Order: sequence, then structure tokens, then C-alpha cells
Amino acid sequence: MSHPSFAAPADVFLADVGPADGLAEAAASIPVFPTLLARGMAPLPLVPLSLALTAYAQRIAKCHPGLFRRLGDHAQSRFVLDPTDLPFVICLAPGGGHPRVTVVRGRGEGVARIAGPLAALLGLVHGAYDGDALFFSRDLVIEGDTAAALALRNAVDDAELDLTAELSTLSGLWAPYVQRIFKFAETRTGVHLSRPEELMTW
Amino acid sequence: MVMEIVCPAGTPASLRAAVKAGAHTVYCGFNDVTNARNFPGLNFDRAEMREGVAFAHAHGAKVLVAINTFPRAGAEDIWQRAVADAAAAGADAVILADPGLLDYAARNHPQIRRHLSVQAAAANADVINFYAETFGVKRVVLPRVLSVPEIAAINAETEVETEVFVFGGLCVMAEGRCSLSSYATGLSPNMNGVCSPASHVEYRDTGGVLDARLGGYTIHQVGKDEPAPYPTLCKGCFSASGKQGHLFEDPVSLNAEQLIPQLQRAGVTALKIEGRQRSRSYVAQVVRNFRAAVDALEAGQPLPVGMLARLSEGQATTTGAYKKTWR
Repeated sequence: MSHPSFAAPADVFLADVGPADGLAEAAASIPVFPTLLARGMAPLPLVPLSLALTAYAQRIAKCHPGLFRRLGDHAQSRFVLDPTDLPFVICLAPGGGHPRVTVVRGRGEGVARIAGPLAALLGLVHGAYDGDALFFSRDLVIEGDTAAALALRNAVDDAELDLTAELSTLSGLWAPYVQRIFKFAETRTGVHLSRPEELMTW
Repeated sequence: MVMEIVCPAGTPASLRAAVKAGAHTVYCGFNDVTNARNFPGLNFDRAEMREGVAFAHAHGAKVLVAINTFPRAGAEDIWQRAVADAAAAGADAVILADPGLLDYAARNHPQIRRHLSVQAAAANADVINFYAETFGVKRVVLPRVLSVPEIAAINAETEVETEVFVFGGLCVMAEGRCSLSSYATGLSPNMNGVCSPASHVEYRDTGGVLDARLGGYTIHQVGKDEPAPYPTLCKGCFSASGKQGHLFEDPVSLNAEQLIPQLQRAGVTALKIEGRQRSRSYVAQVVRNFRAAVDALEAGQPLPVGMLARLSEGQATTTGAYKKTWR
């Protein structure tokens, strides 16, 4: 049987083992949030940000109830999503389909922590990256309740989210502008802000 | 005849991704103990299975339902219901391991094709022919411990179709008979559908040194720049007789992509990709790669060079037992 997984090959098998060049490759391909910009975000007021993200998460919950069903026993857990290149962490309480998001400085509290560059977390949400591959390459770190973290990852992967599309829906008349701005940002930064074309549902 | 690509789907989204990427066939399972990939957040409820089968059929692909754990005494009805529901959903086959369940399926749902799971560890022509004659098994998924010549020898002595793993996690044990996970966690793939279950896995990062623990035991410790491990006992790093190393197998994934022509000559019908626990991104990438390979083979062109190492366990790949450098 098998799983997500691990380490360097033992000598005895070297002749039979292919190149292990993926580590550098995977790390190099994930954009990192600019340090200066991240520092500039440090003083941002976190309460309005938390309220905005909660409203956004509730909108997603309404459109994707299956995501919360798929969390099963972990639907009432609290997760810490840690974009390691930003000066704060995001605490997500799925609340069985009534999510609340709290943005805090420091480590935050939750049963599981999923940490990595913001671009890696967004790429996971949009199905652009494979969670296990990011884990193997150590671009992604999981701490705490591994089962809860896996449930969240699998539920999000199945939900086929498109955060730009969701935000556009909330933007009313501004939707075309929002889409254009995000498309521009995606192209310029290489960060997956929407679902890749090849993963669109037929 | 084009070799059949059999792809994993842990979720409905992965099923759609597999079909869209060119899978001939998708295998999946219910979200319960009947499934040897009973992981958190994965698998299909009954309605999702019906919709998944309908979607696959609408796009010319088949769906196989894995009901490949071993029924618990007094609770056989859970497994029997799973077979009945797979048949009702219109699945093209069920993948079974337990002889009692095979007998149930043959007697009560003879219309649905029966495949023998790798969990049955059927590794020679005699036992495969026994399953065929007794339960009408049409295909066997061969264990990942056979070499290409051994697979050819099996195909020479049986009419049963053979399906072999070509990519993904590499189990080096006689599947269905391995209890290593039970020793550390009390849970096994055979009875509970989980090997080294995530509920018993813990990671501790201390200054970049990562400890991977299973059931409280440290199975691996890796430095800052090494690929992260998953604490599976058979791929653990142990100290014994004054030496430290991977006693059973090192942490690599199977990639038999370049052996596809040999496997075809050995009489293999279908190529199976492991990874129902992986994302739809993984499924799409691997399926596209293998579909291109079998299409190239069919067209008499050279096989494309794969770029799948970074998706692999240990970020390195092996041809496993097919080339028989270990056993």
C-alpha cells in the first residue's frame, strides 16, 4: 500500500533509481511574496480583514456545501493556514458549513497547521499543484493532526474552487474589472489566482 | 490493441480530471471500510458513484469499483451492500480480494465483471486460474513483486487479463497479507482500508530536522534539504546489527513507463496508476503522460521521456521488481 511520502535512496538501489532532481525544481517554481511588500502589510488592521475573509468563506460554503460534508469528523476542527511569506496566519474554523476566518499575528491556534508560501497554498486550492509533491519537496509543512490536514486538503481539491470567480460574483458590477485585475496579477506573478484552464469541468 | 490505462480517482473531481486527461478506465471506491484507500476526505458516497459512472460512460471511459478489503466476521453485509450498490450504479467491474465476497458477487450479481484485487496477492497462473474457474474472474491485478519474465510466464498459462502497476506508490509486500501497519497502529489496509493511517502520523520539525512518527515511533528523520518522508514501516529507516538503513525498501515510487513495450510483449492488458490519495493535479499529469506513452507505442513511435519524478515518493523513481534488482 502507499501514501504521501519521502527520503534519499539507499546506496544498494542507486543503479535502479532515477534522478531525484525534483526537489530544486518544485521549490524553484513557486513564487514567493515580495519581502518588502509583506513588511508593508504588517501594520494592516486584522479585524476588517478577518470579517472580509469570513464573508468570502461563507459565500464559498454556500456554493460548495460538499466541501464541508467531505471534511466529515473534521468539519468542526480549527485549522491554521500559514502563508510563510506573509506577516500573519489565517485561522479557519469550517463550523460544519458556517465558516469563520480569523487573521492573527503569531502562530495561531488549531488542530493542524498547513504552512508554505502563499503561492503554494493558492496553487493547492486551485488544483494547480499536488499537495503530496509539495510535501515531498518541503515547500509545504504539515503539523498537528495529520488526518485533519489531509481531510481539508482532499475536500478542497474536490471542490474545484476558483477564488477569482467567487470574488467576481461578490463584486457585482465590478466583476469584469476584478477578473481583469486578477488575470493581470496572475500573468505577472505566476501565482495561481484562478483554476487552470485544463482543470475546468466539461 | 492499445493497452488500457487504468487511473485512480479519490474524489469525483479527480475522476473527471482523469477522464478529461485521457484515461480509458478509472478506479475508485466507496467512503467506508470496504475500500483499501479509506483515507480522510476521500472517496465516493453512493450518489457520487452513480454520477461518476454516468460521467465516465458519457465520455467513453469505464469505472471499476474497488471493494478490496476483507469482510469482518458478522459484518459481511457491509461489503455485500457495496457490491450491490456498485452494480446498481452501473460500474463496469468490481475489484475484489476476498473469496467469500467474490462468491457473493458471482452468485448474486453475475452481470458485473469481477476483477481480482492486488490485495489477493495472486502471483502465479495456478491460483489465478483457480479464481477464474471458481468465481469467473476476468482480470487480475498482479502484485508489485513480479519481474517482467514472470508476468510473461503467467500470461502464457492463463486466459485471465492481467493488469500491472506502472506508476505511483510502491508496495513491496505481499499485499493483503502485510500486517506491519497493524503492529504500530492497530489498523491495516486489509481490514480498515488504511496503511500507516494519517490519524497515527505526526511530524515534528526541530530547526529544520523533520521527525516523521507513526503510532509514537520515529520512522524517519531527515535534514533540512532532504525530501520529506511519510512514516511507512516498510520504507522506514532502521538501525540493526550496527547498521542504519532502509531494511525493506527505500522511499521511492514506481515508474515503469519505459518498460511499457516489454509489458505489452509480456501480454499485459492494462497499466494501472497508483494514487487515489493524490490530487486531481497529479491524476491529470500522470494520465496525460501515460496516455501519450501508449498512444506513441501504438503508432510505432518512440516513447516520450517522462517528467514525473517530482511527483514521486522520495522524489525518485524505480522500476521496482520488474527489473528484479531486489526482492
